[in-house]
Order: sequence, then C-alpha cells, then structure tokens
Amino acid sequence: MALIQGTNTETLPKAKKATILNTLRRDYQLWLMILPAIICVIIFNYIPMYGIQLAFREYDFTAGLTGGEWAGFKYFEQFINSHLFWDLIRNTLLISITTIVVGFPAPIALALLVNQIRWKRGKRILQTTVYLPHFISIVVLVGLLNVMLSPNTGVIGLLLAKLGVEGNLLASVKAFVPIYVLSDVWQHVGWNSIIYLAALAAVDPQLYDAAKIDGANKWQIIRNVEIPAIIPTIIILLILNMGTVISTGFEKIFLMQNSLNLPISEVIETYVYKTGIVSNQFSYAAAIGLFNTMINFMMLVIVNTIAKKVARISLW
Amino acid sequence: MPSITMNRIRNKKPTDLLFDATVVAICILIFFIVAYPIYFIVIASISDPTYVSTGRVLFVPKGFSLFGYEQIFSDSRVWIGYRNTLFYALFGTFVNLLLTLPAAYVLSRHEFKARRFLMFFFIFTMFFNGGLIPTYMLMRDLSLIDTPWVFIFNPLTVNVFNLIITRTFFENNIPHEMFEAATMDGCSHFKFFSSIVLPLSKAVTAVIGLYYLVWHWNDFFTGLIYIRNYDLQPLQIVLRDILLSNQVFAEGAGSGGTGGGYAQRYADQVKYGVIIVSSLPVLILYPFIQKYFEKGVLIGSVKG
Repeated sequence: MALIQGTNTETLPKAKKATILNTLRRDYQLWLMILPAIICVIIFNYIPMYGIQLAFREYDFTAGLTGGEWAGFKYFEQFINSHLFWDLIRNTLLISITTIVVGFPAPIALALLVNQIRWKRGKRILQTTVYLPHFISIVVLVGLLNVMLSPNTGVIGLLLAKLGVEGNLLASVKAFVPIYVLSDVWQHVGWNSIIYLAALAAVDPQLYDAAKIDGANKWQIIRNVEIPAIIPTIIILLILNMGTVISTGFEKIFLMQNSLNLPISEVIETYVYKTGIVSNQFSYAAAIGLFNTMINFMMLVIVNTIAKKVARISLW
Repeated sequence: MPSITMNRIRNKKPTDLLFDATVVAICILIFFIVAYPIYFIVIASISDPTYVSTGRVLFVPKGFSLFGYEQIFSDSRVWIGYRNTLFYALFGTFVNLLLTLPAAYVLSRHEFKARRFLMFFFIFTMFFNGGLIPTYMLMRDLSLIDTPWVFIFNPLTVNVFNLIITRTFFENNIPHEMFEAATMDGCSHFKFFSSIVLPLSKAVTAVIGLYYLVWHWNDFFTGLIYIRNYDLQPLQIVLRDILLSNQVFAEGAGSGGTGGGYAQRYADQVKYGVIIVSSLPVLILYPFIQKYFEKGVLIGSVKG
C-alpha cells in the first residue's frame, strides 16, 4: 500500500499550484482528444437548446435559429386555446404512461422467468430469439403489423375474424394503444431483460442456500430473495425510462397513424412535425414542442423525487 | 442415471414441480409469440400469394413462388436506397467511432480534472434537448438539409450510451500501472491510446461499432425530416413507401388498393419479400454478433 502511494506522489508535480493554466498544460493532449466530441455535442445538442427561444419569437426566414421579433407567449396562448390542446396532451400522456405501465414490468418478469430455466441450451435458444426483434427497424415493425393485422389477408386478422372481432384493427381508435404498446413489448422485452438477468446473476448464492434451509419454495425465493436483490436496478431503469419515454415514440406513432385512428394517435410530437416541418409554422411548432420537453422533464423529476424519498435512490 | 433423476423429482416439493411445469409452458409460449411472426414472413415471401392471402400458409410454405423477389430485384428504388444506406451506415459509423473512442478514453482518465463536469455535459443531453424544430432550424442554418452530411452529423453522432459503455470498459480493462510505465518511457497520450488502448479494446469497439451500424441501418427519422431529394433517401424511406404507403410497384400502375383484391395479394407478396431483403444484413450477422450486443449491455450496466 505504502509503495503504491509512494509512486503516485512521485509522478505528481511537486509544489506546483493546480492552476487552470498548469492543468491545461499537463492535460492538453487529453483536451485535444475530447475536443471533437465536445464541439459536435455543442453544435448539434446544445445550440438547439438555445434555439428553444424561437418559441417566443416571430419566425424570420433570414434570421434562422436566432429568430425574429420577440412575441412573448403569443404562440403558447394560441396552442392552449386551440381545440387540439387537450386531445394532444391526453394522447401523449395516455400512450407514454401505458407504455411504462405495461412495458416496464414485462422485462422484469421475463428475466425472472428465464432465470428459472436450468436447461442451458434451451435458455440460450430462448434468449437469442427474444433479443432478435430489437434489431428490426421501426418501419419494418409497422409494416409487419400492417400485413399481419390486415382484416382480409393477414394471419392475425383472419384469426381474429374467426373469433368474432370484426373490422380493421389498424383503423380503430380503441385498438391503437393496445397494438402500439403490445408490439413495443414484443420488440423490446427480450433486450430490456438482459440487464435484469445480469443483476440476478449477481445475487449472493448464500441467500439462496439460506432460503432453502428455511424451507422456501421457488415462488417464495423469487418474492423474497430475487426481487429485493434487483430493486435498485429496477428503480434506476424506471427513472431513466421516464426521462425518455415521451420522445422515443414519434417514429412509430407517426408510421402507425392513419386518418381513422387520428383522434387517439395524434400526439404532441407528430403534431409538431406537421405544423413545423410540413406547414412551415416554425415558431408555433417550437412552442408546442416545448410542451413535450416540459412534460418529459416533469415526469423525470417527479419519479426521481419519489425514488429519492421512498428508496433513497436518485439520479442526482 | 434414471434413478437419480427420479430421486431428484421425488425430493422436490409438489408446488415446485407445478412451478417448473408452468415455467416451461410459459417459455414455450413466449418463444412462439416472438419467433412466429418472423418465421411467417419468411415462408410467406416464398409461397404462392393466393394461399397466403386466404390464410392457408401457416407453418409450411405452399406453392413456391418468387414473384415478390423478382419485383424487388427489378425495382431501382430499392437498390438506390440500399446503396445510400450502405454508404451512410459505413461512413457514419466511422465518424461515430472517431469521435466516441478518444472521448471515452479521456473520460476514463482519473487524473483528468474536468472529467466529472464533462460527464455531466454529455449526460445532460440524454434528458434534455432542443426538440424537433430548433434542431431542424440549426440544420437549415448549416445548409445540411438535403445533403448526405445530415446522416453523419446530427444530435446522435456522439451517442451518450455508447460513450458510457466505452468509458466503463476502458476504466475496468486498462490497468493504471500500464500508463505509468508507458509515460516513463516517454509515451504521450496519443501514442498510448493508439498503440496500447485500441488494440486491447477490440471487443468494446466491435460492440459500439455494431450499435452505431444498426442504428444507421434502421434510421428512418433523418430521411423523413431532412431529406426531400428522393435520390438521397435511405432504405427505410423507400421501405416506408412500399410497406406503408402501398406504392408497391415502381411504375405506380396497379399500386395496391386500386386493382382490388388481386393486386393487393401480389402487393403483399412484394411486402413480405422487401421486409426480408431490407433486414437481411442484420439478420445474417445477428447469430454471430449476438454475444457482442449482449456484452455491450453488460459492460454498460456495471456502472451507469
């Protein structure tokens, strides 16, 4: 121990004050190596944050990102007073909360299940299969849904018709959220279970032995040993998912949209795309988009606060 | 052997036996739910469309037909999309790695003072972003709209998840003593990184390289928002037109719905085929690289 400390102090410059200049001189190579990434993130991630102020200005073609004259809350008022406001907020919250409520516990259950399999080969085959859909593109997934659910020609469509479910599910307001959420689970449940499987593999074997000596059956072991062991992982991932759930669905929702399911499938992001990119009302669209960012951030803060209070786990 | 197994079964509690049986049953069910749609697409793409559309192709191909594939191979849109995506994916991944790997190395150096601040600087972008419109305006101000550059330089060029995975790998796999020994011989950070760190980090380079590659391959958003010129469109946009907008036949004639059930049947055949053709690179590589993908999650999860 003493030896290691000795070598450490020798390599450090003695009696030199750690001024900014000194550290820069010592670390300039490191700064050079990280600079390209920093510049790239400043340009493509931080400058758009500055661009949020477009929502408070009139759009000016020549000014671009800096925007034209100050307009204050004009566009926010316009959005709040528009007849679409409550529909958009409701749809956005409905879709993202359902995704969390159904999609979040699914990989945990799958990991607990896969963890029970003792037959190594079978376990491998199951894992390889359930991870696969994660790598299918969103366009292909929605295309898959379309051909499979088609009422006259699709496999599931024909099956459902036999069971007495009539009509086109893809054009139905009621079926949109279930189809969206279930296909999301289908695609990502396997992949998201990997992290829980890793957490389960790290459970102390002594705990299992102790539980067995106490005469616990398998179900009791899951409830009293395995689930408590992965609770910290669960909470951290819940917080992380909360922060991103609203912004991840745009492409899939957009691709699943049609004129018939629009009352439920129009969310803030898709509406921003249509008013901004398609119809060129940039300031108005930026104001609407800001609602999305705010809801996103609020959900993150709320869940983080709850987790901090209840389990003393937090991101910051 | 049989007697041991019997003993083992006898020693088990009846509730546990029931439990095991339920586990096996659910696992088999999950396997079929996940595997069947993929399997169905494969057999439907080589079966006679008449059988497929009437629901008579369920488990084995029926009435072999390659009509869909013939259509796809003669469709220039698919090939232009393929070529574009291949270019964006390869060049894009190269740039991604060029930025991510050195940055991750720097963030893994404990003596680097700005480490904690810069980590926050990167992670912050995961939870907060400018949103669609400001990003679009930026791209317009930089004149990147309708150019191939927008596929390579965008808000995801430095992916923070990949950055964290790589940094964690460097922290755990490059011994501190190694750098100290190297500096005594007058080795700079550049030299240490390129001739010692990189050769030792083939695994993590493969992992994040594949993540970036798959992301580029499946990227639909960039083409949708920033590209108007059809010659620059990536494969996913072409796919969208064929699969979802029902513009199945390049000439426009008999596109899907207009020709009624007959044309729709053949259109579906093309759709099954195009799903296979577009996912083929990922599907072929998948069995070989699956363990790398998994490894990435595991490295990343050690320290978040």
